[in-house]
Amino acid sequence: MPVIHITNRAGAESTLEAESGISIMENLRDNDYEIDAICGGSCACATCHVYVDEAWAARLPAQDDDEKGLVEDEPTYKPNSRLSCQIEMTDALDGLKLTIAPEA
Amino acid sequence: MSEHIVIVGAGHAGGTLATQLARAGDRFRITLIGAENWPPYERPPLSKQLLMGEVPTEKVFLRPESFYADKGVDLRLGTEVTSIDRAGKTVTLAGGESLAYDRLALCTGTAIREIPVAGRDLPGVHYIRTIDDTLAIREKAGSGARVVIAGGGYIGLEAAAALRKLGCDVTVIEMMDRVMARAVAEPVSRFYEAAHRAEGVHILLETGVAEIGGNGRAEYVADSHGHVHPADIVLVGIGVVPVVALAADAGLAVDDGIVVDARARTSDPDIFAAGDCTRHPNALLGQTVRLESVQNAVDQARCISNELTDKGADYAEVPWFWSDQYDLKMQMAGLPAPDDQVVVRGGPDSRSFSVFYLRDGKVSGVNAINVGADYVRGRKWIGEGRTVDAARLADTEIPIKEV
Repeated sequence: MPVIHITNRAGAESTLEAESGISIMENLRDNDYEIDAICGGSCACATCHVYVDEAWAARLPAQDDDEKGLVEDEPTYKPNSRLSCQIEMTDALDGLKLTIAPEA
Repeated sequence: MSEHIVIVGAGHAGGTLATQLARAGDRFRITLIGAENWPPYERPPLSKQLLMGEVPTEKVFLRPESFYADKGVDLRLGTEVTSIDRAGKTVTLAGGESLAYDRLALCTGTAIREIPVAGRDLPGVHYIRTIDDTLAIREKAGSGARVVIAGGGYIGLEAAAALRKLGCDVTVIEMMDRVMARAVAEPVSRFYEAAHRAEGVHILLETGVAEIGGNGRAEYVADSHGHVHPADIVLVGIGVVPVVALAADAGLAVDDGIVVDARARTSDPDIFAAGDCTRHPNALLGQTVRLESVQNAVDQARCISNELTDKGADYAEVPWFWSDQYDLKMQMAGLPAPDDQVVVRGGPDSRSFSVFYLRDGKVSGVNAINVGADYVRGRKWIGEGRTVDAARLADTEIPIKEV
């Protein structure tokens, strides 16, 4: 199983054994990593916002305009912001590091 | 000793509240009671991805079914609560069992509004409220199946789009002179009407349902103009009503919804309520409202959770909604009034445009179709109570961020 290294809102680090073939959002949500993911992955909100470790940013699928529009306007936006519902977990992402963004 | 929180209703609000409270560890003992046999799940996909069969049923669960036990939440499914004894602080379950609570949260949601015509009880008359409803429709929704939908609101139109995709022959019967008339301005209605017609949906406006008939099962719908529409599936989507009987019988204040204050407290200090079943004040809107939305269910559940963990704050959120039909993703924010000024930004022909609503120059609402940036900006402006120049807003040469 691929793993994701996660820093939660309190700053604590942990490693999640992730499931491939579902989104990173689903991996985080199903394991209670503080995200609300209100729209269930429809890219209609920004409540699954994470910061991706710089080293990994370029290896992720590109952002489409919808995701970009939503995440860029978050008050907590950073250049490495992503909506985790828009990234499918794959074995190639084994070792991904990310931080849960603060509540907007 | 842990405080026992009993949550009645395992929908989006109840499920979220249980999940949030479970994070407080031993502070609470949580019992989550659901009338359905499914664990808490998302309802939006019922008229979209689940109806189309694009996702397996488990995919719409808010959390994996094992999650609740893992977190120490006592999830009781297939269980009805029949009464509340406020003096004794207990609830009674359908089997007669009595459960004591320290605090109670009512997350009872809504029930479908039944269509008041002859034949409404025939087998083959469907609604979309639960997973079981959707699965029952899908079972019959093969290519060529004739579907007559009563109601051209979100549910009716989303289902129409999903069923067209499955190859069904779809007719929508709508009483008003345009679709989604209660929710959106005319340009949006006309755009969606045209989009559905282009996809082959028959849309009948200013038309009511006179009767549903058939031999032992629903086989046709007779409309108010005397036309008869043969049907393999009759689907009714004419709205919902808040489930308030439990609260009303217990003597709690009810007014088209369980009345709560800005901290989601009912008229009993030990009883809270969240989600579609509540009438609540919203400081941002300056009025009390009852909303049917996932956003409100989640945010109000959070409001309760914050209150119970000493982080209480008054509820003030911009309402937002979304609707997926075909390749059209509409994102909406605010609660515009029917007489608000309507400003169209962009051309509907491009299948990507937005409609803003202004009240006294201030942005009161936005509907953005396939243009996320306008939605995000509009939602922000509503929250800020910002005044916007209508002419600049309508000018797509000016980027939305510079309007």
